[in-house]
Amino acid sequence: MSAPAIDTENLTKDYPIGFLETKKKRSLEGLTMQVETGEVFGFLGPNGAGKSTTIKLLVGLIFPTAGTARILGRSINDIEMHRDIGYLPEQPYFYDYLTAAELLDYFARFHDLTAADRRERVARMLKKVGLETAGKIQLRKYSKGMMQRVGLAQAILHDPQVVILDEPMSGLDPIGRREVRDIILELKSEGRTVMFSTHILSDAEMLCDRVGVIVGGKLRGVGAPSEIVELKAHGMEILFEYAGNNANASALLAKAAKAGNRYRLQVGESELYTVLEQLHAAEARILSVTQLKQTLEEYFMNLVDVDRAQAAAIEVRGK
Amino acid sequence: MSRVGVVARNTFREAVRDRVLYNLVFFALLMMAAAILVGQISIGIEDLVIVSLGLSAISVIGLLIAIFIGVGLVYKEMDKRTLYALLAKPVRRWEFLLGKFGGLVLTLTVNTAAMAAGLFLVLLYVKHSLERTDIAVLIAIYFILLKLALIVALAMLFSCFTTPLLSILFTSGLYIAGLFIQEMRNFHSRTPNPALEGLLRGLSYLLPNFQNFDVMASATHGRTIPASLILENSIYTAVYCAIVLLTAAAVFSRRNLK
Amino acid sequence: MSPRISIRKLLLIALTIGFAVIWQVQQRIDQDRARLHQEQDELLLRSGKLLKMASLEYAPLMADLYWTRVVQYYGDKRAHNDPNFELLWPLLDITTTLDPQLLVAYRFGSTFLSERPIVGAGRPDLGVELVERGIQANPEYWRFYEDLGFIYYIHMKDYAKASAAFLEGSKNPQAYDWMKVLAARVAEKGESSETATFLWSELYQSTKNPAIKQNALTHLQLLRAEADCEQLDVLAAEYEKRTGKRPGTVRELINAGLLGGAPVDPLGTVYVFGKDGKAGINPASPLVELKNRYVKPF
Repeated sequence: MSAPAIDTENLTKDYPIGFLETKKKRSLEGLTMQVETGEVFGFLGPNGAGKSTTIKLLVGLIFPTAGTARILGRSINDIEMHRDIGYLPEQPYFYDYLTAAELLDYFARFHDLTAADRRERVARMLKKVGLETAGKIQLRKYSKGMMQRVGLAQAILHDPQVVILDEPMSGLDPIGRREVRDIILELKSEGRTVMFSTHILSDAEMLCDRVGVIVGGKLRGVGAPSEIVELKAHGMEILFEYAGNNANASALLAKAAKAGNRYRLQVGESELYTVLEQLHAAEARILSVTQLKQTLEEYFMNLVDVDRAQAAAIEVRGK
Repeated sequence: MSRVGVVARNTFREAVRDRVLYNLVFFALLMMAAAILVGQISIGIEDLVIVSLGLSAISVIGLLIAIFIGVGLVYKEMDKRTLYALLAKPVRRWEFLLGKFGGLVLTLTVNTAAMAAGLFLVLLYVKHSLERTDIAVLIAIYFILLKLALIVALAMLFSCFTTPLLSILFTSGLYIAGLFIQEMRNFHSRTPNPALEGLLRGLSYLLPNFQNFDVMASATHGRTIPASLILENSIYTAVYCAIVLLTAAAVFSRRNLK
Repeated sequence: MSPRISIRKLLLIALTIGFAVIWQVQQRIDQDRARLHQEQDELLLRSGKLLKMASLEYAPLMADLYWTRVVQYYGDKRAHNDPNFELLWPLLDITTTLDPQLLVAYRFGSTFLSERPIVGAGRPDLGVELVERGIQANPEYWRFYEDLGFIYYIHMKDYAKASAAFLEGSKNPQAYDWMKVLAARVAEKGESSETATFLWSELYQSTKNPAIKQNALTHLQLLRAEADCEQLDVLAAEYEKRTGKRPGTVRELINAGLLGGAPVDPLGTVYVFGKDGKAGINPASPLVELKNRYVKPF
């Protein structure tokens, strides 16, 4: 088994707060997590959960209060390691007096590429992110979405092995998001490791091999999207059509959600066959029976609520 | 091209594309023209007036550029977050700082050279020939450049950890204090106070001494400036800038970006 | 070793070395610039009134700065034995315009504008002008009359005007009694070393400024030496009466019982007798140098 591409151990970050900066707020606590080589890893959490903090720690913009981390087996303090990583900041902003081509060329110069190589890559990247025609326009004239694409381009320009993206979909319209998704999948097909943070769960469910869920600075769960949610089905959902008015059925109908002649009824696993017989006796037409799984969203919201309750409890105790 | 050089080149490019710069240089050239006019009025000391006006203009313009762009060198990049993507590249923080410093100093050198050329053209026009003694003017301009480099280093140091407004105040404060070093050293309060006098004396050696670069008197009268002074001032500037830049690097290397 | 510790240590070492180098280089720069300075004194703004307007409400602060410049200028010139004091008057002019109540500036000027070069500017007339300005601005400060009389008496040897100044000053109820006495004595006797001694010691006691004090002290020492030599001459005459010839050394006077111990000048060197038989300061004494500077014209 090869070493993980990204490996953190007990990564912790405190921020000084208050007027005299004497108090500390712990924005990340004891993060121990691995991202395997070649996978697409989603880093999920609500705003302020610590996603950006983690990414900034990995990339060297901020320094940990405790703990260590390694990327591709090298410490995050190793500046040469940055040759093999690409980073897209959250809501990126670049030198507005440069054109996109000039900016990419500028960044490319840090990677010891020949002039010809640089030119070729810059042109290729601009095309890849859909900025071919806008390459010679100064960045001050760029929209937010265009800036996001430039950001993505500079992150992958040098063919890094590990790509770290902070909220890559933010500010993009559905077409843009689709394009980013395609790029991420393309990177995966090239064997690169992609880690991105997001609070949009559907993106994560669609793209990721694994996700890590972080709430309130703590890692709550890691695994494939399907694994994380509770496997035990909450029950079954019966979709049926009924036009009659059998008295036996009316009790059931009352519990069902109605749309025209169609009804959705949720029942526990154990009651399933009893209810099916009742409906059959009432001459309802069964359309489908599906297993109910907790969605990622429900899992997520559950975690957030638990965290909030805990925080409130601590506050009460503190008073 | 070294990484420092890459950052420096880009910093230079930014300054060049900043339209404000051209206005300042234009203003300076205008001053030179005005100097010719003034020269006509005060007969007999035209070159004195032109040289002192010209040197003053170069110095003031240079100071304005050095301070106002200098205080934003690092702050702007942190505030606008243009720095974020850059630091994820294989470039060390001190390389970034040195590059910003070099870029602005390069900008100032080019600016100063342009204004110096203007000054010498005006001088040539008025005097119809240049003498060997005019080299004092060139040296005075070189000293101005040394002074500006030191200002940039100081402005950049403050830029690493405080807002532009405070940086401007601190940098200007140090500059003004640096013009009164001699007075600090010879301070005599009305009632004798050895503790205060000793403190000021010590401070007079620690603080950057901007009086060192003032050779306006020699330049206007065309007197020779000893080569030893040129060497000493160059060393002084180099060492002091190194001190300031090292401090800036130390401060910045552990700074958490917001 | 965590990177944080090594950066701090490195910085500390680098800073120490750096500032040590700076200190060395700065001293060399100071030497070079001093040489440059000697040739050119620049005081670009000579108008006290203009400066006062420009200073807004900070005129007293500016006065302090210019006062510092005065002291530094004087100290610089003396340190290099430079006889050129042409900026002393303008600097004092500006200082007193900015702050007419800066008493020490007037006293400093009255002393050092009047003193001969290389001790001062050799312009007692300017000294008079400055003190008269001081009197105008501070009429209740009677010491200025003392200074005025002082200049007339010591430097200009105008005993009539000196007496008048002392008299005028004695009218101030705060003035010491000797002002009136002095007025009378000067009018009557004119030059006298007792009067001079008295004036210098009065100045010495009344000022806190170290330069003025030192200057007065030197004058007192010279006057003292003069008086001592006069006394020695009297003893020498006595010796001659007894032995028939002038003494060659002071030892002879001691052996003759006319002196108790070796007579030393205020700086500690023994007096000698010259070839002409008159007592004088020992050539080895630093007082000789001072005498040349302070008493003989430059």
